[in-house]
Amino acid sequence: MPAVSDSISRDDVAHVARLARLELTPDELETYTGQLASVLAHFHDIDALDLAAVAPMTQPYPLVNVLRDDEPGPTLDRDEVLAEAPSVEAGRFAVPPILGEEP
Amino acid sequence: MTDTALAIAADVRARRRRAVDVVEEHLARIVERERDIHAFNLVTAPRAREEAAEIDRRVAAGDDPGPLAGVPVALKDNLCTRGVPTTCSSRILAGWRPPYDATVVARLRAAGAVTIGKSNLDEFAMGSSTENSAFGPTLNPHDITRVAGGSSGGSAAAVAAGFAPIALGSDTGGSIRLPAAFCGVVGVKPTYGTVSRYGLVAFASSLDQVGPLATTVADAAIVLEVIGGHDPRDSTSIPVGLGPITPTLRDGVRGLRIGIIEELREGIDGDVLARVDAAADALEAAGAVLDVVSVPSVHYGLTAYYLIAPAEASSNLARYDGVRYGLRVERPDTTAMMAATRSAGFGPEVKRRIMLGTYALSAGYYDAYYGKALKVRRLIASAFDAAYERFDLLLSPTAPTTAFELGARSANPLAMYLTDVCTIPTNLAGHPAMSVPFGSGADGLPVGVQLLAPTLGEATMFRAAAVLEEAR
Repeated sequence: MPAVSDSISRDDVAHVARLARLELTPDELETYTGQLASVLAHFHDIDALDLAAVAPMTQPYPLVNVLRDDEPGPTLDRDEVLAEAPSVEAGRFAVPPILGEEP
Repeated sequence: MTDTALAIAADVRARRRRAVDVVEEHLARIVERERDIHAFNLVTAPRAREEAAEIDRRVAAGDDPGPLAGVPVALKDNLCTRGVPTTCSSRILAGWRPPYDATVVARLRAAGAVTIGKSNLDEFAMGSSTENSAFGPTLNPHDITRVAGGSSGGSAAAVAAGFAPIALGSDTGGSIRLPAAFCGVVGVKPTYGTVSRYGLVAFASSLDQVGPLATTVADAAIVLEVIGGHDPRDSTSIPVGLGPITPTLRDGVRGLRIGIIEELREGIDGDVLARVDAAADALEAAGAVLDVVSVPSVHYGLTAYYLIAPAEASSNLARYDGVRYGLRVERPDTTAMMAATRSAGFGPEVKRRIMLGTYALSAGYYDAYYGKALKVRRLIASAFDAAYERFDLLLSPTAPTTAFELGARSANPLAMYLTDVCTIPTNLAGHPAMSVPFGSGADGLPVGVQLLAPTLGEATMFRAAAVLEEAR
């Protein structure tokens, strides 16, 4: 397992930006790599902790599935919702073609 | 100094003042100083006048509009308001009008409050100074060369400048308490799950909590009582709800055990520490039993937070893809459209955190970063639990310094992140905490002291806050 102190490379940042659907200019890539490396270097402090016996904590309270009764209730107004969409077609959200692109 | 919310509501309910006059007084202050301070993204003057007129009609008809009758309120602009633009201070949501109200907004309105505007914030609440707003920073009403703190800087500045006696903010790592300290007002981060997050635009869902900012402890208490309580629309809302706070507000602190957190004295400016010590003396003089307590892992909070919050944010902010709302930058295919939209719509700090979070969650790094951070989160919560076996409340500074100069920490993200060192641990544990103004630093700017309590310890925490308010 890599230590938290391992530094981040330009390629790592470019990869992460692609995963997050962000386009970076070469200048931005340079700046973000330096900034993220300095932040990650600070995170080195937790490498010293012995966490083997510690259970992860994902939220303040134990997760419980919350279900309501299966009865129809009021929902958002369709026209009000669609009025805020950038593009709408036949009562639905419209997007540019999704086929033929890189996965 | 503006009137308190409680004084305004009492006058409006008793027909001693009209809600429309109250609104005009506050709008006049906004006209006078808003140009210098920029507390708001939007001042909803016509709507505020209409809502106030409706309150006056109801009072005249013999109705009681509620405990906040005719009280103007500023809403952080990441709280959804139906039909009224909600931007999160981001270009990606500029102009978006939500199709529903946040539960907290509906509850304030049902209690008679009048919305006066949507207040500025760091983009998507990511920041400690409100300099990360896409629409320009909010400046500190005490000194406009200084920041207001963040991310609820607009809400804190609005209250400090008398634009509204009360405001709502959201606190993920200190975003209510920090600007409250910098602007010299009261700010409360309630127990996680006691205030509905329905209609609060999500940043880091396991940490986010809505809370009040006010000029007095009593005003903060009434607002928290109005907005708190179980909400079936928020599945993390805790069913037992928040107990009453106001009835015991003046009960004092005699016999309460209050611990001064040893680790949160390191790296803190001397004049700030002097105010914390003065607060400890005031509590002791009022009959509390003070001692120093070690909360050993509290310093690791910064690392845990800046891994967990960005990880959650990278997931939450995936929804801004140019499909359902907000900005779209057209491209011939959907993937390119999404990337172009997000790149144009998000500012630098939001991009930084999305990338940090995506990295912490990515294959090969998940265990080393996110997994470890979750374990550190448990350590911190356990350390607090141990401290609360011996103490009813804990005491620390809210921030290491007073309000800093505009731009002073902008070039160095890590320096900005360190601003949150005292406030972050509470959010990781899910506990309540509040900042109470307690004098000023060497530069004459406000200093806030932080009171921390265990889960659902709000009523006790407010008793100590009321004692500090009397003593300052």
